[in-house]
Amino acid sequence: MNPVTAETPTAEPASPLAHLSPEQLDELARELDEIRDHVVADLGERDRRYIESMIAMQRRLAVIGRVFLLLARHRPAQATGAAALSAAKILENMEIGHNVLHGQWDWMNDPRIHSSTWDWDTASTAEAWKHSHNYVHHTFTNILGKDKDLGYEIMRIDPQQEWHPVYLLQPLYNLLLAAFFEWGVAVHDLDFEAIRKGRKSKAQVKRELAGIREKAKSQVVKDYIAWPLLSGLATAAVDGAIEASRGSRRPGRWGRVARRALAGGRSSFRAAVAANAGANVVRNVWAYAIIFCGHFPDQTYTFTQEEVEDESSGGWYVRQLAGAANIEGSPLFHVASGNLGYQVEHHLFPDLPSTRYAEIAPQVKQVCERYGLPYNSGPFGQQLGMVQRTILRLAFPGGEARPKPGPYRGEDHPAL
Amino acid sequence: MNACNYFSMAELGAPPNVPKLRRRTLRAVRSLFTPLLPDDYLELINPLWSTRELRGRIERIDQEALDAVTVLIRPGFEWSGHRPGQYLRIGVVVDGVHHWRAYSLTSEPGRADGCISITPKLVDAGKVSPYLVRGARPGDVVRLGGVEGTFVLPEPLPPKLLFISAGSGITPIMSMLRSLHRDGTLDDAVHIHSARSVEGVIFADLLRRIDESNAGYELHLQLSGEQGRLSPGDLDRLCPDWRDRHTFLSGPAEMLDAMSERWEQDGDSGLLHMERFQPVIGGEPGDGEGGAVRFLGSGVEAHCDSGTPILVGGEEAGATLPFGCRMGICHTCVGRLCKGEVRDLRTGKVHGSEGEMVRTCVNAPEGPIEIAL
Repeated sequence: MNPVTAETPTAEPASPLAHLSPEQLDELARELDEIRDHVVADLGERDRRYIESMIAMQRRLAVIGRVFLLLARHRPAQATGAAALSAAKILENMEIGHNVLHGQWDWMNDPRIHSSTWDWDTASTAEAWKHSHNYVHHTFTNILGKDKDLGYEIMRIDPQQEWHPVYLLQPLYNLLLAAFFEWGVAVHDLDFEAIRKGRKSKAQVKRELAGIREKAKSQVVKDYIAWPLLSGLATAAVDGAIEASRGSRRPGRWGRVARRALAGGRSSFRAAVAANAGANVVRNVWAYAIIFCGHFPDQTYTFTQEEVEDESSGGWYVRQLAGAANIEGSPLFHVASGNLGYQVEHHLFPDLPSTRYAEIAPQVKQVCERYGLPYNSGPFGQQLGMVQRTILRLAFPGGEARPKPGPYRGEDHPAL
Repeated sequence: MNACNYFSMAELGAPPNVPKLRRRTLRAVRSLFTPLLPDDYLELINPLWSTRELRGRIERIDQEALDAVTVLIRPGFEWSGHRPGQYLRIGVVVDGVHHWRAYSLTSEPGRADGCISITPKLVDAGKVSPYLVRGARPGDVVRLGGVEGTFVLPEPLPPKLLFISAGSGITPIMSMLRSLHRDGTLDDAVHIHSARSVEGVIFADLLRRIDESNAGYELHLQLSGEQGRLSPGDLDRLCPDWRDRHTFLSGPAEMLDAMSERWEQDGDSGLLHMERFQPVIGGEPGDGEGGAVRFLGSGVEAHCDSGTPILVGGEEAGATLPFGCRMGICHTCVGRLCKGEVRDLRTGKVHGSEGEMVRTCVNAPEGPIEIAL
């Protein structure tokens, strides 16, 4: 196989699979299928224990967070509670929710941990998400005009997307999207293009809106009314009791108790609202960062619809490989990111349990090396920086594809 | 998506008898836990507290015969009862996968300690029985499904009874005997039980005790290893008035076929009650033609021989499919048939029209089919 040199920045990057014959692509598909079959045959008790303990840990963190926030008026309690709740919300969305909804744990036949019954703590309904993400994004990954996650229909993330003056605002709404990511995703799931073009019936749009409304309502009630109210009551009870126990016989004692309880309760209510909002924003920004690093760093390729006509299953695999980018990090980072730091492996095998991605990564790299294919990867800071640079640059007209690292050549030959 | 929508869901246990106040309280605090339920947190403390499905804790495991054990289970909530002879669906985890099987309840209803029992016999090639017989330990938690079955004592109780059982076919009859024994109504019953060897007799001690303490109960034990198999010809010798008795028959299919033929020719079929405790699945190869199966959800293509259920063929081809009992009871495995016809492996009947929900565990394709799973 010819060593492929890095493209010059001015040229459109050549298709990463142009050098492979149909027979080679078939062989590649067979090899990747085999990696998958090996994992599937090996799934068992160890995997079940992992997800069960992950779910248990997430719920314990949530309980710890909520309990600390009962006394949210006190700064250390507020900070600890918000931190635990943020961690719980991150795990819930990333390592648990996203992966369960992919059907990664369906093989356990467990009615509680199953893609058909799972619901998650985010604004999109499980149903809408499974369609827009599992089906549309994972099938048509990085195909311009078909993968709706390519810029989420509001951003210009690839130079081949036509420029429009509205994109001048994209550096601004990029920040808003990061902070309120779950809401952006929920609205994105509606698929405005399909609605505009009449591909979605009114009844269906109505039903989906009702689903989002229902989820929004229950989330708002939980994080901004019910739990803060409990915090208020708990703090009022504690503060009132403290006041009652001191200066016992002085006149006006009960008035003081009531005033102190009310003040403490009110301040804990507000502090709990702030902590819950903070936890939601932390989770949103984290999810945004991980997801944007999955497909928008410089190394990833996009594809035109003509390029993928009559695509074989080997071609599909190569598109998944080339269209995704990994993030390098510690084991803790990978858990916190739902193992989406193994975006490449996830895109090749979206329904394998996330914990297995790290185990098969060396085999995938080996396949890439032998077939002269890219294996996109980089440290978190670098990947996120590239994404932000692209968002800023492509807010303005023009722009060129960034240079691609070329085929993977083993650990000793680091990519660009 | 395909016009043929698909629906699949792993099987859940039966709804437990949760006291009203508790249920109302849990409902009242639901909004604090959305999208989860308070249950999801309570289960972390004690899995038996689930109010979504009934679970039970294994209290004791007693060796009952060479390769059979009695598993005593304490349900998490009050047991809603069963009729002697009925079976229970039970869910266990083996190798990380949740499996469901049906076992006859061997305990009498209304035990003072609130427990129930099943008595599984080891099936070497099985998945669940090796766990229950060899792997399970007291303290393990299992899922408890619905109680089903029409193989029960009639009400009012007929005056004269005959029980015929073979091997582990004795299990539903044990619940009947225990119940009659407890109520003191074992007045006129003959029991013919066949087992291969002495060590293989399930409930040997218990049967002997019931025999000793009930004048109206007469036990004939036939050891087929030495005395040969029980046949319809033995009836006149072992129980001359068998024609007058309400008879309860439980054992392997060949015995049921032979005995029921005798009742049809020579007795009153209306008095014969029987249960096939081993469902007939995977009929004779050669029946039917089998065929190719396309699973529309996953895109997997499989081929099933004539006796191979759609579920098995699909799994062998690498599809992840929902399944439950694997014997046509629980409907966990259903998929919408979008094209073609299927053969019910239990009856041999060919059926299927577009849009029909078929159980993949007991149906084989009859020619090429497409199924939305």
